[in-house]
Order: sequence, then structure tokens, then C-alpha cells
Amino acid sequence: MFKLEPRAAPSRVLMLASPLVALAITVLVGVLLFVALGKDPVAGLQAFFVEPLKGTYALSELSIKATPLILIALGLSVCFRANIWNIGAEGQFIMGAVFAGGVAMRATPDSSPLIFVAVLLAGMLGGMFWAGIVALLRDRFNASEILVSLMLVYVAEMVLSYLVYGPWKDPQGYNFPQTITFLDVTRVPKLVQGLRMNIGMFIAAAMVLGFAVFLVRTYAGFQLQVGGLAPAAARYAGFSSRKALWTALLLSGGMAGLAGGLDAVGPQGQLTPYIPLGYGFGAIIVAFVGRLNPVGIVFSAVLMSMFYIGGELAQSRLGLPKALTGVFQGLLLFALLACDTFIYQRLRWVPTPKGRP
Amino acid sequence: MTGLTADSLALLIAATLNAGTVLALASLGLLINERAGVLNLGAEGMMLVAAIAGYATGVQTGSDTLAFAAGAAAGAAMAALFGVLVIWLNTNQYATGLALSLFGAGLSAFVGITYTQQRLPERPHFDIPVLADLPFVGPAFFRHHPLVYLTVLFAIGLTWFLLRSRGGLILRAVGESPESAHALGYSVRPIRLLAVMVGGALCGLAGAYISLVYTPLWVEGMVAGKGWIALALTTFATWRPARVLLGAYLFGGVTMLQFQLQGQGVQIPSQWLTMLPYLATIVVLVLISRNPMWIRINMPASLGKPFHPGA
Repeated sequence: MFKLEPRAAPSRVLMLASPLVALAITVLVGVLLFVALGKDPVAGLQAFFVEPLKGTYALSELSIKATPLILIALGLSVCFRANIWNIGAEGQFIMGAVFAGGVAMRATPDSSPLIFVAVLLAGMLGGMFWAGIVALLRDRFNASEILVSLMLVYVAEMVLSYLVYGPWKDPQGYNFPQTITFLDVTRVPKLVQGLRMNIGMFIAAAMVLGFAVFLVRTYAGFQLQVGGLAPAAARYAGFSSRKALWTALLLSGGMAGLAGGLDAVGPQGQLTPYIPLGYGFGAIIVAFVGRLNPVGIVFSAVLMSMFYIGGELAQSRLGLPKALTGVFQGLLLFALLACDTFIYQRLRWVPTPKGRP
Repeated sequence: MTGLTADSLALLIAATLNAGTVLALASLGLLINERAGVLNLGAEGMMLVAAIAGYATGVQTGSDTLAFAAGAAAGAAMAALFGVLVIWLNTNQYATGLALSLFGAGLSAFVGITYTQQRLPERPHFDIPVLADLPFVGPAFFRHHPLVYLTVLFAIGLTWFLLRSRGGLILRAVGESPESAHALGYSVRPIRLLAVMVGGALCGLAGAYISLVYTPLWVEGMVAGKGWIALALTTFATWRPARVLLGAYLFGGVTMLQFQLQGQGVQIPSQWLTMLPYLATIVVLVLISRNPMWIRINMPASLGKPFHPGA
């Protein structure tokens, strides 16, 4: 029979190949799914892997989706490396949008353009506040960060809903649940006239660099990762696990909040109950598929954005539900986790021992 | 504001049992998982897939039994996928469970799109003869789906199984010290897979209960965090079936109280009331986790740890 046994050293080849194999498996399942549904698999694959990259408009849309995914996944990668399971980035994203929106609503036509900076800082603060609750309850009361962060997603959705149906509702909005459209001074500057692409992508690029330095070149980043890989060693070395907990959660909360803020004053332009788009959950997959590595995250975020856009195209062109995106995202993560097994282990044929029933 | 009349109290009790059954079924399933040492964060995904599987079967066949069977089967199938990855390929239990939740959300939304417009055929009534016609206790206790009563029986049976039967002893051994169980000749991995699948089937029943009885229709993401609350309940109950049942009704009551308050025209925005069960979960988690020793004494010792036989 086949037996899994640990490798002497992790396979470097597979470490890079595993996401590609996982993608191949996902594509294969996708093709089978298209055939099973009676759709042309070539057209289906085109919607997901070719169209989202074709032309400036498509690339601009891609950047709109990849930016929040990169930002959130960067923060989550620090958490996951420290073995802290913040799965409520969606809630932190929403609170980021709420805080940023709250500042943006106060702008007047003659506000200084600097208010844009205040808006984004407010977004970060919103996310940090929400993740800070998780850190506090974990630190003081030992409450599971998994469950608390996730419960806070639902709470954040309700806070947003309360605000846009209640005190923040646009008086001139024909009773729609939405805030006023934010003034131009507070909006994220666009790069090209007529395209939604904005400077958020440069912020994301700068953050990629920042996180790469933090993880590889700083003492705090090192301490954090030791704590995740070998808690006993970290304790012995005197690294504070409490500090790691707060750092990781505040960092990831701040990043998710920044993404939420950028989205609110960027492509959305106002707060509505439809601010949560699932980026917070999608970013979990982005972080894993990107190997918790800042550069890897860029690639996986682009891939995941293609899934989002592909899902929309599959709906409009092939008449398939948009939810296909979620199926592919989940499949990709499953396939990746299965493939990753073989980085640290290998299959070996072991003859079945005889003489024992 | 009108006071609480006997009629509305009876309705509140009935609604509490209804909501509590969903949480109890899922949480008892997760308890079996966790007693075998496996932590499955995919409850939400399994429940969603089971909810649409049950609903679709209900719409197509009109049979209540078949619909619940489909829900249980869907839950067990999802759990098997998780189990094989976690138990044989030794993937990270947190990440894999999370993947199951995300995949389940996507899959159920995808499959369910054609069912959002369809209605279930008329539901059978399950009133218990004579008892259902009693004043007050009739509407409160005796007009429920059979699963409501079966869940209580199951919790009692599970207590007996875990503490008084040989099978329960083996299950607990596998969760507390898989090495010892292995040394005694028990196949740890198949036993864990079985526990995971039974847990998945129960989560499946809970999911199907949501779409067939609790709110008889299909809406994307309709489980709305109940899978995660059920996960919190196992900790709250320190892995004991009777306490799971108690916790589930307590939470069901909190969920239903909000509707009661809304119905009575209390001047609180509905959003704050909708938050209640989630906030209650956080509060309860904080209270129960405050004492790490209490958790450590009660938690299955090998919860979340992979097992490699013969390593």
C-alpha cells in the first residue's frame, strides 16, 4: 500500500509548484463543470483567464479588485505566520469603510485635499479598532480569536446597515439605504480619465514592499514568526506572545480597514449595505495561495481578481450564476492544501506486511 | 407596549425550541468530531450545502424524510472531503475547515440560484394528537417537527454513549490520546473519519432544518453564522451533550427574543436586535474562556492535532 512519510527536507520545487498544480486542478474541475452544465468550456475558460486581462478597461477593473485583496491578504499573512487566526477581515474591512465614510461625509467643497489622508487614516483606525476588540478579548480572557473575529463580521454588517438605514441616510436619496455621495476632495484620485483605476494600487505596491521588509528584515517580524512556528522556542527566547498577538491583529485590522476605506471613497463613492463584497474572505485564500509571502500575494490576488471578474462575465455571457466565483475560490484553496501535503511528505510504496491479518 | 400574554409566551417557547434545535443538532455533531480530536471549522459550509440539498430534494420530491436524508448525506459528504484531507493528508485543520466553509458558501449559492424562486410543496403538520390541543402547552411544546424531540433523545443517548459504552470510550480515547488508542490496536484514522462524517451528517440535518422548517425557503447564505455559533457552543458546553442542549435553547431564546421585542414595537432599531445572538456568543465565549484551566481540563487533549500512526 501507499504510505505518506515525512521528507528529510521540504521540497523546494513543490513549494513553488504546488499553487500551480492546485490551479491546474481547479481549471480541470472547472472544465468538467462547464461540460456538465452544457456550456462551451473554451468560452468558460476565456471568461475567467483571458478576458479579465484583455485591454486597458479590463486591467483597470482588475486593479480595482486586486488592490483590496492585496492589502487585506498582506495583513492576514502576518497573522497566519504568527499562528493567529483572524478570519474576520471582512468585518474589519466594513468598519474601515464606515470610519472612512464618517470622515468623508464631513468634508465641504472647500476642505483641503489633505482630508483624503485623514479619510484613509480613519479607515485604518476603524479596522484596527475592530481587530483590537479581538486582541483584547483574546489577551485578557483567552477567548478564541477565530470565533470572536467572525462574530464581529455580522456585528459590523449590522452597524453599517443601521447607519445607512438610519442616521447617515442621505435626506435627498429617495429613501434608499445609502449615504450622500462623497465630495470629490475626499475621493481616491484616479489615474486615467474614464477608468476606475486609482492610486490605491500604488499604496498596495508600497505596502507589499513594507511587509516584505517587516517580515524578513525586522526583529519584530522575526519574533512574530518564531512565535507561530515554535511557540515553545519563542517563550524560551523571551519573545512576548502578547506583543505578537496585538501586533499581528492590529496590523491586519489596519490593512483591512485601509482596504475598506479605499473602497468606500474609491469605486463605491458612498456607503450602502452592499459595501461588503467578500474581499475579507477572499483574501484568506489569497494569503494561502500566495504562500503568506508578500510577492506571492500579488500574484494570487491578481488570480483571485480574475475569478471575480470571470464570474461576472460568466453570468452576462454564458448565463451562469456569479456564485461560480465562490466555487472556484473554495476549490483552489482545497486543492492547494492537498498539494501542500506533498511539500513536507512523500508517497512511498510499502509492501503490505504478510503473516498478520 | 403590551405585556407578555400567555399566547405570546407559548409562541416564544415554541420559537425557542425551533431555533435551539438547529444549534443543538449542529453543535452535537461538532461535539462528536471534537471528542474524536478533530476540529472542523467548516460547519457553516456543511450546513449551507445541506440546506440547499434538503430544500432542492423537498421541492422535487415533496417528501420530508427524503429531504432531511439528502441534507444529512450532503453534510456527511462535505465532512468526508474535509476528513480525508485532514486525517490522511495531515493538512492544517484550521485552514481546511475554513476552506470547507468558503467552498460550501460558494457551492450552495451556485446550486441554489435556480431554487430562490421555487416554493416548497405544502408542509406536513406534525401535531401530536390530543396533546397539541391542550391550552398553552400544546402550541408551546407539542406542535413541532419530530426532529425537535429526536434531538433531545439524541443528546441523552449521546451522553450515555460517550460515558457508558465501549464505543464511546474508544471515541474518547482517540480524541484524548490517539497514540494509546493506536497501541491498543484501534484504527485511529478510520474512527476519526467516521466521527467526522457523523458530525457532518448532524450538521447536515441542522442545515436542512433551517431551509425546510425554520425558515422554509432558500436564501443565499441563510445559515447566517449559526454554524459558527454552534462551534462556540461546544466550548461553552465543555464538550458535554446535556450542556450543549441547554446552551442551544438559551441561544435560541436570545435569537427569538429579538423578534418578540420587534413584534412588541420596542423602539430599538432592528439592527441592534439582530446583533444580539452574535454579541451573546462573544460574551459567553469570554465568560467561559476566562479561566484557561477550566478549558484545559475539559477539552479533548488531542483536539486539532494530527496523528501519524507508526511514526
